Amino acid sequence: MGLMNKHVVLERHSLLLTICILIVVSIGGIIQMVPLMYMDNTIERVDGMRPYTPLELAGRDIYIREGCYVCHSQMVRPLRDEVERYGHYSLAAESMYDHPFQWGSKRTGPDLARVGGKYSAEWQVDHLKDPRSVVPESVMPPYAFLADKTLKYDGIEARLRTERLVGVPYTDEMIENAKAHLVAQADPDNLGYDDVDGLIEAYTQASGREGTVETRDYDGDPGRITEMDALVAYLQMTGTLVDFSTYEAGDLKNRR
Amino acid sequence: MANVIARGRGYTSTIMMVGALLGVFMILALLMAAGAKDTGMAVQAWTFIGLAGAFLVGMSLWAGQLLGRNPFDQSEYENAIVKWGVFASMFWGIAGLLVGVVIALQLTFPHFMYFPEWGFTNFGRLRPLHTSAVIFAFGGNVLLATSFYVVQRTCRARLAGGMWPWFVFWGYQIFIVLAATGYLLGITQSKEYAEPEWYVDWWLTLVWVAYLLVFLGTIWKRKEPHIYVANWFYLSFIVTIAMLHIVNNLSVPVSFTGSKSVQVFAGVQDAMTQWWYGHNAVGFFLTTGFLAIMYYFIPKRVNRPVYSYRLSIVHFWSLIFIYIWAGPHHLHYTALPQWAQTLGMTFSVMLWMPSWGGMINGVMTLSGAWDKLRTDPVVRMMVVSLAFYGMSTFEGPLMSVRAVNSLSHYTEWGIGHVHSGALGWVGYISFGALYCLVPWLWKKKALFSKSLVEWHFWVSTIGILFYMISMWFAGITEGLMWRAYNEFGFLEYSFVETVEAKHISYMIRALGGFLYFSGACLMAYNLVRTVLGHGEAESFDTIEPKYARPHQPVLQPAE
Repeated sequence: MGLMNKHVVLERHSLLLTICILIVVSIGGIIQMVPLMYMDNTIERVDGMRPYTPLELAGRDIYIREGCYVCHSQMVRPLRDEVERYGHYSLAAESMYDHPFQWGSKRTGPDLARVGGKYSAEWQVDHLKDPRSVVPESVMPPYAFLADKTLKYDGIEARLRTERLVGVPYTDEMIENAKAHLVAQADPDNLGYDDVDGLIEAYTQASGREGTVETRDYDGDPGRITEMDALVAYLQMTGTLVDFSTYEAGDLKNRR
Repeated sequence: MANVIARGRGYTSTIMMVGALLGVFMILALLMAAGAKDTGMAVQAWTFIGLAGAFLVGMSLWAGQLLGRNPFDQSEYENAIVKWGVFASMFWGIAGLLVGVVIALQLTFPHFMYFPEWGFTNFGRLRPLHTSAVIFAFGGNVLLATSFYVVQRTCRARLAGGMWPWFVFWGYQIFIVLAATGYLLGITQSKEYAEPEWYVDWWLTLVWVAYLLVFLGTIWKRKEPHIYVANWFYLSFIVTIAMLHIVNNLSVPVSFTGSKSVQVFAGVQDAMTQWWYGHNAVGFFLTTGFLAIMYYFIPKRVNRPVYSYRLSIVHFWSLIFIYIWAGPHHLHYTALPQWAQTLGMTFSVMLWMPSWGGMINGVMTLSGAWDKLRTDPVVRMMVVSLAFYGMSTFEGPLMSVRAVNSLSHYTEWGIGHVHSGALGWVGYISFGALYCLVPWLWKKKALFSKSLVEWHFWVSTIGILFYMISMWFAGITEGLMWRAYNEFGFLEYSFVETVEAKHISYMIRALGGFLYFSGACLMAYNLVRTVLGHGEAESFDTIEPKYARPHQPVLQPAE
């Protein structure tokens, strides 16, 4: 075979071999990845989506730190049983501000894409502290230490600014007031009315939909803001931004 | 003559360059430690300073004793680094498997090593520790050690770069320790198999570029006209992993003195990038790298040429071309556009053929030496590894079909599939290579005990079977329970009932993992006794002094 004999050229020239390898292994990735940056159905905006509030973002960082993604997916597939068990299937736009994504790959525990509001904050706190106190058969690790750790948020402005650098539309006002917003969300009674108002106004405007910002003490310890506050604030808002009572999957603009 | 002088100066300059590089990074680490925004960053920076400092001091003490003698004598192979690599492989292998047993027990008995006031040993932190330890620490060290061994023999040249291969080796160990301690501290970017944060990613990039240059540099010095097939596979592994690592870890640090970074991509784009990386970490770290091991160690051990030269060309290029496309099969039925899912599925099914091409080429190399399957347990281990490779590369395409994937995805079936490949294929071909390398490197006639190898083989094989079968059972059970409906049209089971149903399977899995771990301990014991020259491991360095000389062709081209 003629072609096989020509392979000798590659076997004698290491740089040529290296370059050929690089070309051959680049093709698939380029074809699969580059169009996703430009195609409408992967970059479209859906009503209701907004950037995370500072407290939710801090909670999401704890979710990542504790490796929740190794057991919990955040991606409801459009299969009958999943839609009935977890809620409306996940849209691409719902993770558009997730740097990185948290779709997961394994469900040792249930999917969490739409866990927001499914249980009360008190239940979430009890469950995180001692999962088996509320679900006896659970194999989840205990996270009681989160309730003891005061949340550190000195760097929250820088954190938001970095998010903006990679494309999350935080406004100057959101970044400037990040600390005040964070405190206002977890501890609305302690601060002036204005901060809570400012938080709700800024993020409602970003969302375009009323009622996407919840302010309350989450961990049952109103005296201080703990990591538990942040994590539960995040869990309680996952999957709640898009209003599926008005979203029509069958609508022509939503069909592919 | 000028060439000789240049070479003589070359060795001191490489030591100086490595020393200077370490010094620069230690100063950077000191700045990061001083201004650390979080405790994790401070601990990591001081760990780096300690490790790099130890390397620097060790290297200086060693260089101080050289008294002008060239430690990189071009007429001899660099064996010391391979010996270190063998020990590092054994150490990390056992550590990684042990963590695996621990987390298997945690899922079975959810009080095991859980401390409610203390999150360091929670499953979410230990599982990345396990996966990184077995893939990158164990697998990576096996690949470093074998690639450094093989490239020298097949090129008949000493490793290029003087001190640089040592920088690659110790730099890689520093990467492992930073990654591992980082996970325990909760430092992670949550991208599977790419969890280490930005500064560890940069360090690994540096080490990896040095690795590529050392490998290519050795090929450039070769005295063989042809580049042997094992080196094509090693080269594709090194080059592609560099590409995958850089693209999947594109991130912006929040602060240069903080551990946290933000990924450049989000949502769908990030998911696609991650699984392009994730699947090809399997493809290029755990497949082409270990196929390179197969292409050298099986022919050497059975003393037969590779079965088919043509098959090796065809399956090499088709394997590396097709593998890259397979990532989206991890994202079936997700928000990833369906055309991408279909491409991923199609290429995954096509991947079956080049995978089996490699298996056939390896197994058929035994032609005329089939008796060795019976008489040499090391050969049996390597051939059984190919059988597991064949099995899991058939199971993989099956699971990548959307309809099958709708059942198997998110379940324990995936875990079972990964482990048949990891324990069966990657583990066994690595063990085979280590069993070959130790007598060769330490110049012993045989291993300390052949019957211990038999014990290792059978204990581990039973362990793998326990593991695979229990996970198939658990995965298909929970997959079916999730989608089960009762007679009234409601979901039959709550989620936690499906967790409860896996308890017995989890126990069997933990037992299987423990057996596999025990086998690895038997191997470590056997190898240490071999190095010490006990039992059947008599030395023969006096008999064949030329054994390690590069001038002697130790391997004939396979064509």
